[in-house]
Amino acid sequence: MPRRMRGACSALLACLISLPASAATPEPAAWEQVLREARGQTVYFDAWAGDPQINSYIAWAAQQMQSLYGVEVTHVKLSDTAEGVSRVLAEKLAGNEREGTVDLLWVNGENFATMKGNGLLFGPWAEQLPNFALLDADRNPEMREDFTIAVEGYESPWTRSQLVFYYDSATVENPPRDMRELLQWTQSNRGQFTYPRPPVFLGSTFLKQALLELAVDSAPLYRPVEPEQFASITAPLWEFLDALHPQLLRAGRSFPGGGTELRRMMGDGEISLALSFSPAEANAGIMAGELPPTVRSYVPRGGSIGNVSFLAIPFNAQAKAGAMVLANFLLSVQAQAHAYDPQVMGSATVLSMAALSAAERALFEAIEPGPATLTPQALGNTLREPHPDWMDALERAWVERYGAR
Amino acid sequence: MALANAQPAKHALRLAPTLVLIVLIAPVALGLALTLLPAFGYLPVLGGERLTLTYFAQLFATPGLSHSVAVSLLAGLLTPLCALSLVLLFLAGTAGTRLERWMRRLVAPLLAIPHAAAAFGLAFLIAPSGLFMRLISPQLNGLDSPPDVLIVNDYWGLTMSAGLIIKEIPFLLLMALAALPQIEPDKRVAIARSLGYRPTRAWLMTVVPALYPLIRLPVYAVIAFASATVDVSLILGPNLPYTLSVMVLQWFNDPDLSYRFVAAAGALLQLGVTIAALLLWRLIEALGAGLGRRWVSRGERGAGEAVLRVSGQLGVGLAVLVSVGGVLALLINSFAGFWRFPDNLPGAWTMQTWSRALGEIAQPLANTLLIALVSTALAIVMVLAVLESEQRAGRRLSPSMLLLYLPLLVPQIAFLFGLIVATEFLRWAPDIKLVIFAHLIFVLPYTFLTLAEAYRRLDPRWSQLAATLGASPWRIFWRVRMPLLLAPCLTAAAVAIAVSVSQYLATQLIGAGRVPSLTTEAVALASGGSRGIIAVWALLQALIPMLGFALALFLPRLLWRNRRGMRGLH
Repeated sequence: MPRRMRGACSALLACLISLPASAATPEPAAWEQVLREARGQTVYFDAWAGDPQINSYIAWAAQQMQSLYGVEVTHVKLSDTAEGVSRVLAEKLAGNEREGTVDLLWVNGENFATMKGNGLLFGPWAEQLPNFALLDADRNPEMREDFTIAVEGYESPWTRSQLVFYYDSATVENPPRDMRELLQWTQSNRGQFTYPRPPVFLGSTFLKQALLELAVDSAPLYRPVEPEQFASITAPLWEFLDALHPQLLRAGRSFPGGGTELRRMMGDGEISLALSFSPAEANAGIMAGELPPTVRSYVPRGGSIGNVSFLAIPFNAQAKAGAMVLANFLLSVQAQAHAYDPQVMGSATVLSMAALSAAERALFEAIEPGPATLTPQALGNTLREPHPDWMDALERAWVERYGAR
Repeated sequence: MALANAQPAKHALRLAPTLVLIVLIAPVALGLALTLLPAFGYLPVLGGERLTLTYFAQLFATPGLSHSVAVSLLAGLLTPLCALSLVLLFLAGTAGTRLERWMRRLVAPLLAIPHAAAAFGLAFLIAPSGLFMRLISPQLNGLDSPPDVLIVNDYWGLTMSAGLIIKEIPFLLLMALAALPQIEPDKRVAIARSLGYRPTRAWLMTVVPALYPLIRLPVYAVIAFASATVDVSLILGPNLPYTLSVMVLQWFNDPDLSYRFVAAAGALLQLGVTIAALLLWRLIEALGAGLGRRWVSRGERGAGEAVLRVSGQLGVGLAVLVSVGGVLALLINSFAGFWRFPDNLPGAWTMQTWSRALGEIAQPLANTLLIALVSTALAIVMVLAVLESEQRAGRRLSPSMLLLYLPLLVPQIAFLFGLIVATEFLRWAPDIKLVIFAHLIFVLPYTFLTLAEAYRRLDPRWSQLAATLGASPWRIFWRVRMPLLLAPCLTAAAVAIAVSVSQYLATQLIGAGRVPSLTTEAVALASGGSRGIIAVWALLQALIPMLGFALALFLPRLLWRNRRGMRGLH
C-alpha cells in the first residue's frame, strides 16, 4: 500500500509540473530493428467500429499481421474516436508516461489537432515508414496536411474519403448539382432531404461544403477563424440554411444522428436524396440489402470536400514498434488493394498510382467497382478541408441558431 | 463447523457493513471529486490551476440549456409518477386474481430486456417507418411512404419518458411484489371490505400507505435513472437540444479539451437536477399523502371502482403489449432483408446478420458472462454478509447504510470520468478485474435493494427453533436461512446479472475498450449499424439476463421438487 501511495503522489507531482513526453524508443529509419522489436507485441488499435465492413477489414489485417510479422492486433472498438482521445488525456493527466492503453488510433481533423497541440502524440515517425514512398507525398500535399494542420510525421495516412450525394434514380431524375439547386429541389420535393445534426461529422462536413460553395471568398476558410469576420463570412450560409430547414424532413425540427440513420431513411423511402462521406457507401448499402438497387452517387458540380484519415501513435503507447509495423502494413499495396475491393470496404486508396509498378497497378485495375461507386475520375475535383477552427466555430454557431428551439 | 474457523469469520462479519460501504463509497466519492474539481477550473494538465466560476457562466450560456434541464426534470418526474401509479392500480385491481399470477411470471422476462434494447424496440415499433406503421400501410391509411411526423426524438422527450415508463413498470412491480407479503395485504383488504369498500378501493386505501415506504428507495432509483439516462435519451430523446446528460457526455468527448471544464460543470448541474427531481418528488409524496387522507376520510364507497380497476389493467397491459411488440419488431428486423415501405413484412428474409454476429460473439459473450457472474457472486456474498450481520446484531443497520444506494442516485457521468483518472493514479491496468469492480459498484446496490426485504421479513422463529436445537449461528445460516431464501437470492442474482449486462459506460470507459462486452459491441455497432445489426445485438444483449431470470424461476422448483412447502413459500 505505501508503495502504491508513493506512486500516486509522484504521479500527481508529475502531472502538476507536466513533464514533456518521453522521447522516441523505436527508430523507424532502422526498419529491421523495428520489425524485430515488434515481433510478439500486442497492438491495441483504437478505431471507430460503426461499420461492419471496416471491422471485418481490420480483422483481416490482424490475421495478416500475425502471419507476416508475428504481431498480435486487437481492435478496440470505439463508438466515437473522442473516447480514445479521452483515454490518452486521462493517462497524461495521471502522469502515465509509458504504460498507455492505446497503441494506434484512427484519427484526423480536430482530434489530431487537439492531440498534437497537447503533446499527446509520439513522433515524428510516419515519413520514415518504408511504404511512405508509395504515397508520392511531394506531389500529393494532402498526405502531409490534416485539415490544414501540418502532419509533420505524427500520423500515417490510411484511407481517403470524399463527400458524395446519393439518390434513388427510380424516383429522382435530376438531382441537384449544387447548393442553390438543392434549395430549389427541396422546395419542390418537401421533406425528401435532410442532413445529420452537427457536430456529427457528416453534418459538419455538409455545413463546410455549403459554406465553401456559398462564401464570396473561400480563402479565409483556410486560416484560423477571425472572430470579427466570422459573421460576415458565414452570413450566406445562414441565409441558405434558414430557407432550407423548413423544406427538410420533419421541417428541420429533428435531425438524424448520423450517416447510417440517413441511409436507413433512404432505404425506408422517407427521403430520396442523402449524403455520405464514403464514395462506396451507396454501393455497400445495395449489397447489404439496405438500399434499393436503383441508388446512384454523384459529386456536386464544383467538386466536394475530401480528406485523408490517418493513424497516430499516442505518446505513451506500449507497442510503438508494433503500431508502426501495422501502419506500414496498412499502407502496403496488398492492404490498400484489398480495401479498394467494394466487396471488402470499397475505400479509395491513398497510394499514388504513379509510384506503383505496373504489376501493382494491375492489382487495383483488376477490381470491378460496384454500380453505385464513383470511380476516381467521377469523384472530380476534391476541395481541401478548411482549417479545423472552422469546423468548431460552425458547429457551435449552428447549435446556437438551430440547436435549441 | 469448527470453532476455530468461526471466530475470525465472526469478526469479519461484524466489519462487513463498513467494508461494503468503503468498497462502494470510496470510488464514487473519489470519482466525484476528480470529476468536479475541473468544474471550478482545476485541471492542471490542461492549464487549469486557478479556481474560477467562468465555466459555470459558459455552461449557463449554452443555448437551449434550460430546455434540456426541463426535459430531464420532466422525465425524472413523469416516469416514476406514471410507472408507480399504474403498478399500484394494477396490483389493487388484480390482487389475488389469475391476472396477477400471470403478471408475476411475465415481470421477470420484461425486466430482463436491457434499457437500450427496449428503447430500440420501441423506436422500431412506433417510428414513422416502424413496424406498426408498416403493418397498417398502405391498407388502412393509403400511405406509400412513411408519414413525415416527429414521434421519436420529440421536443419534450415524451417518447423517451414512455420508453422509461415501460421499462420501470416491471422493475417497480417486482419490488412491490417482493415487499407485499410482509404487510399482509389480504388482512388489510378484508377489514376494509368488511366496512363495505369494494376490493380495488379497499386495496388502495389500506395497502398503499403501508407499501409505499417499503418501495420508496426503488422509486428514488427510478427518478435518478430517468433524470440522468444517457442511452435511452440517445435513442429516443430529443436532439434539438439534447437532454442534459447527453450534452455532458458530448462535452466530455469534445475534441476541444477546454470543454472538459464545461463538462464537469454540466455534470455538477446534472447532479443538481437529479437532486431537484428527488426533492420535487418529496413534494409530490406529501401532496399524494394529503389527498389520499382526504379521500380515505371522505369514506366514499360508491362509484369509480370499475374505472380504477380497468385503468391499471389497461395501462400495464399496454406497457406489456408495447414491450412485447418491441421485441417482435427487433426479431423481424434481425431477419429482414431489403424491406421497402409500405410492405407489411420484409420482401426477403436473411440469416446473414445473425451469422455475421454469431461469428464475432465468442469473446464479448465470454467477457459479459464472466463479468456478470463474478460481480453478481461478489455482490451476493457482500449483501448476505451485511444482512446476516444485521440479523445477528438484532437490529436494523445504522442510517449510514443508506449510503449503499449512493451509486444509484448519483448520475454515472458525474463520477465515471474522475474514476478513470483515479485508476490511472493508482496505476491499475484497465483489465477485466477492474471492470468487474466497476460493475460491482452498480450491481451491489440493486442486489441489496432486491434481497434486503426478503431477508428481513423471514420469520425469525425458524432460526430461533434451530438455535434451541443447539445449532450454531453459521449452521443456522447455511442449513435454515439459505435454503429458505434460495428463491429471493436467485431473483436478486438475476437482477444483478441484468444490471451488469446493461452497463455501457462502466465497461467501455473503465476497461479502456479492451474488455469488449455484448453491450459495448452493441453500442459501437449501433453508432453506424443498420436496423438489422442493431436488432441482432439488442436481442443478444437481452439473452443472458433472460437466461438468468429463467434459472431463478426454475432452479428452486427443480431443487425443491420433493418439497411442496418450499416451493409455495415465495
